Amino acid sequence: MENSLYVSPSPHIHGGDSISKNMYGVLIALIPAFLVSLYCFGLGALIVTATSVLACVIFEYLIQRFLMKKEPTLCDGSAILTGVLLAFNVPSNLPIWIILIGALAAIGIGKMSFGGLGNNIFNPALVGRVFLLISFPAQMTTWPVPDVFPMTYTDAETGATILSSLHEGGAPLPAMVDMLIGRIGGSLGEISAIALLLGFAFMLWKKIITWHIPVSILATVFVFTGILYLVNPTVYVNPFIHLLSGGLLLGSIFMATDYVTSPMSKNGMIVYGIGIGLLTAVIRIFGSYPEGMSFAILIMNAFTPLINSYIKPKHFGGK
Amino acid sequence: MLRTFRIGGIHPPENKLSAGKKIEVLATPKQVIIPLGQHIGAPAVAVVKKGDLVKVGTLLAKAGGFVSANIHSSVSGKVNKIDNALDASGYRRPAIYIDVEGDEWEASIDRTDTLVKECNLSSKEIIDKIAAAGIVGLGGATFPTQVKLMPPPGNKAEIVIINAVECEPYLTSDHSLMMEKAEQILVGVTLLMKAVNVNRAVIGIENNKPDAIAKMQQLAVNYPGVEIMPLKVQYPQGGEKQLIDAVIRRQVKSGALPISAGAVVQNVGTAYAVYEAVQKNKPLFERVVTVTGKALANPSNFLVRMGTPISCLIDAAGGLPENTGKIIGGGPMMGKALISAEVPVCKGSSGVLLLTKEESVRKPMRDCIRCAKCVGACPMGLNPTLLMSCTEFKNWELAEENHITDCIECGSCSFTCPANRPLLDQIRLGKGKVMGIIRARKS
Repeated sequence: MENSLYVSPSPHIHGGDSISKNMYGVLIALIPAFLVSLYCFGLGALIVTATSVLACVIFEYLIQRFLMKKEPTLCDGSAILTGVLLAFNVPSNLPIWIILIGALAAIGIGKMSFGGLGNNIFNPALVGRVFLLISFPAQMTTWPVPDVFPMTYTDAETGATILSSLHEGGAPLPAMVDMLIGRIGGSLGEISAIALLLGFAFMLWKKIITWHIPVSILATVFVFTGILYLVNPTVYVNPFIHLLSGGLLLGSIFMATDYVTSPMSKNGMIVYGIGIGLLTAVIRIFGSYPEGMSFAILIMNAFTPLINSYIKPKHFGGK
Repeated sequence: MLRTFRIGGIHPPENKLSAGKKIEVLATPKQVIIPLGQHIGAPAVAVVKKGDLVKVGTLLAKAGGFVSANIHSSVSGKVNKIDNALDASGYRRPAIYIDVEGDEWEASIDRTDTLVKECNLSSKEIIDKIAAAGIVGLGGATFPTQVKLMPPPGNKAEIVIINAVECEPYLTSDHSLMMEKAEQILVGVTLLMKAVNVNRAVIGIENNKPDAIAKMQQLAVNYPGVEIMPLKVQYPQGGEKQLIDAVIRRQVKSGALPISAGAVVQNVGTAYAVYEAVQKNKPLFERVVTVTGKALANPSNFLVRMGTPISCLIDAAGGLPENTGKIIGGGPMMGKALISAEVPVCKGSSGVLLLTKEESVRKPMRDCIRCAKCVGACPMGLNPTLLMSCTEFKNWELAEENHITDCIECGSCSFTCPANRPLLDQIRLGKGKVMGIIRARKS
């Protein structure tokens, strides 16, 4: 008996939280957005998402098993999540071979080259997405037009997104209702504001993320574009259009909040969020790309270590 | 809105299995082992020798310094030997072994149940009686009580705060004490107020003990200046600094004593011991101990004589379950894992918790995913994962700069971590190292 007791320092209980619970929690939060894209983009959405997830999981397994020679950690769900987020950030008519390249860039360059989950500096899905955007600008910017469960994939009818037509300076804007429910062109997972906000509410409820990053990004974009709109409404669009269009909601709720690449203190998160919001608005309005969310997040990812070392949590009894 | 402390905190499953159980008097064992170091500070110095006959309440050892406490016999009988004995720390340290014969008490102790409310003693006389009775903080920190009642020059006490939150999961000793000895506790609180010359006291009780709150509130109306404050359930509210923040919204500065915020914090069990010492002349030689665990047949609250081996308590609560993996002295968050059930009950023993084999094993650790949940949980506003890295990479300057010495070792970070990282283990190591460096620099 004497020798069969475990002895360890306190605490002797654990809350039961785990990496996989958080990852699967985010995946559950992405379900509404996925259902909307299935409805609007049909077969294409299914093929792109399935390919991306499978490719990310397989690349992660191969790299861990044969290059890093470690025990693969597929069960934690992080590769699945990267796969889903990569798919959500590309058009639903993207050919399979391009998706494979994107998945390799995301997992190989974005994640594993730094040592795997927890050690990467940049959001892996965005590394994959930006890699594709720069390498295949044509394929990455032809957007299928939403339909009702279309059985089309690369043969889907294409059209412009709100931001691209704004950038070209033409085409009438869609109704706000269509932007809320997702009857607009765009990347696979970014179209429905309501579905994304539903996911946000779920993650807040499950305490997977806090409100700080998404809210500070959205507020910054709203204020910045709102000021420009007030100054000159004929040149600049209504700030609500900015909030509901492009990857802003998907990015601020699901990509900027990536644990590994975002700051740790609450104030740091707000600074990071303001940075992303400003960069996004500046790129959208003054840059040569119609959408700046991915670049803004990646740039602020690079600032995260700096933010962490200067902005500390509020210390008990501190000044 | 119920109050609580303002930074961090967690809410572990409460598991108060022994709540509502009456306090049972545990039979005196055949032999007690009374360690000389049952408190923070210098060990007491034995004043008895082998072969001496002692009664219940006889002084066995006197305080060995300013921060130290007297120790009294919990039984009557003969001193068998003074020798090293295994204690909760896992080390063998000097202790007095007494073979029990009969149950004869010192004549000065008032053994009746009559409530004595009046007290005509001065502040100094109360403090002297508390010191003589060997009272220490009974919440588990075991800091000698008389020292806390004598503020260093330049500090003035404004309020007595009584810690009755019992925020550790499983433990119910304070709860049961409030249900059965409410009136005595309130008298004890007024004695503490008198000792430090204040006219206000707040008894903080977490809202998961509504019966205790109701009972104390009903009786407190007869004790002017004593207020019962229900608090939101949040761990580690029993931490001294957290409780002060919750009750009077003042944050004790880093490295400062609670008295700098004008507060004297005492545990509710301590208040009861003060009542017994001052009004009944009864030294501290017994206390309420919760014996609990999910596999245990009969989780209970026992009134136990100091020095009783923990195995006696476990036997009385239904015996050691087959698949016991860990025996913990104290609660699951801050208690110590014991290496043997023969460790004696001491002044700081608030509970004995048995975990099953499955509950005792930690899950494998993963890389930090920087989710910042530990940062959100830390009640001191620290960055636990950074402090763990500082320790791993032996970067003591960075650790000190990030206030590693402010860690109260509550374990909220390790409890929360989704990657199962042993944050507190490493921070504790680093904290010890940094405190050593600071001491060396000062000398």
